[in-house]
Amino acid sequence: MAQLHDFISYFEDSGLADSIREDDTLFPLIESVHVIAICLVVGSILVLDLRLLGLASIQRPVSRLTSAILPVIWATFALAATSGALLFMSNATKYLANGYFVAKMLLICAAGANMLVFHLICAKDLPQWEKDALPPLRARIAGALSILLWIAVVACGRWIGFTMRNALAAGS
Amino acid sequence: MDAALREFSRWLEATSLSHTIQAAGWVIPALQTIHILSVAVVFSSAVLVDFRILRLFERDLPLREVALRFLPSIWPVLVILLVTGGLLIVAEPRRSLLNSTFYLKMVLLVAAIALTAALQGSIAAAPAFWEKEKGRRTASKALAMVSIVLWCGILFAGRFIAYTQAG
Repeated sequence: MAQLHDFISYFEDSGLADSIREDDTLFPLIESVHVIAICLVVGSILVLDLRLLGLASIQRPVSRLTSAILPVIWATFALAATSGALLFMSNATKYLANGYFVAKMLLICAAGANMLVFHLICAKDLPQWEKDALPPLRARIAGALSILLWIAVVACGRWIGFTMRNALAAGS
Repeated sequence: MDAALREFSRWLEATSLSHTIQAAGWVIPALQTIHILSVAVVFSSAVLVDFRILRLFERDLPLREVALRFLPSIWPVLVILLVTGGLLIVAEPRRSLLNSTFYLKMVLLVAAIALTAALQGSIAAAPAFWEKEKGRRTASKALAMVSIVLWCGILFAGRFIAYTQAG
């Protein structure tokens, strides 16, 4: 625990964290990039989830859609994670003490685990059903779960702004 | 104009709807969450089609197919955006109505919507409209980049409303 604390302090005390904290426009600028990236992550994951639910792109085989949209998902996720890490650095201790922040991180892990389980287990026989307009129940469950988890991620993200002490003006 | 807006904001702030929204602490973040999720749908739909025009996404499919798969979902979700955005204005009128960043966002929004509607309309009317000749292909790529810049500008302005509000 003490090591984690040292690790966090190392970033929080860095010059970069200091600039993000002190500069009036740097924080909102990075925050805007974060919102743009999150919107694209959520939107492009939704494209895949709706396909798994049989609600959209049903003429498109699942594997074709996946290979088209995955680069968009990963690129925008990388941008969201990088901008998020910069925001986190600026006030690491306060973020770690915020329940919504911790919940957001856990929900992102859950969304990742859901994706992994789907790819490694549920999608083993993908070639057999990937052209079906309505995928099997296990694929629909993975899609629905993903949508719910990402909605919760966005909600937690918004609630962080309202519950951070010192509010960073971001809340209201 | 400024005085009228000030007066209008004061009136709006005094309505019972505004009081109700402000009284329950969870309503504003909940509205903002729905607003952002709707932005995610609209923004991603527009940008994925822009990516297709720029040949970065689903280039094995004709533009018409990609555009008519993604763009129509923008319009119903836009209604949710206007409703949640409207309620957020009612809750905190001065935050936006007396804030030039809000008006910048609205101008960008009108431009982005006009561009997106024109794109969808032209493709629906003539499927190969943007692919017929080299000049049009180039124009479509330029417009796709303008569209991405406009939508990103809307999101930037949206976030900056929180930082530029008066008082």
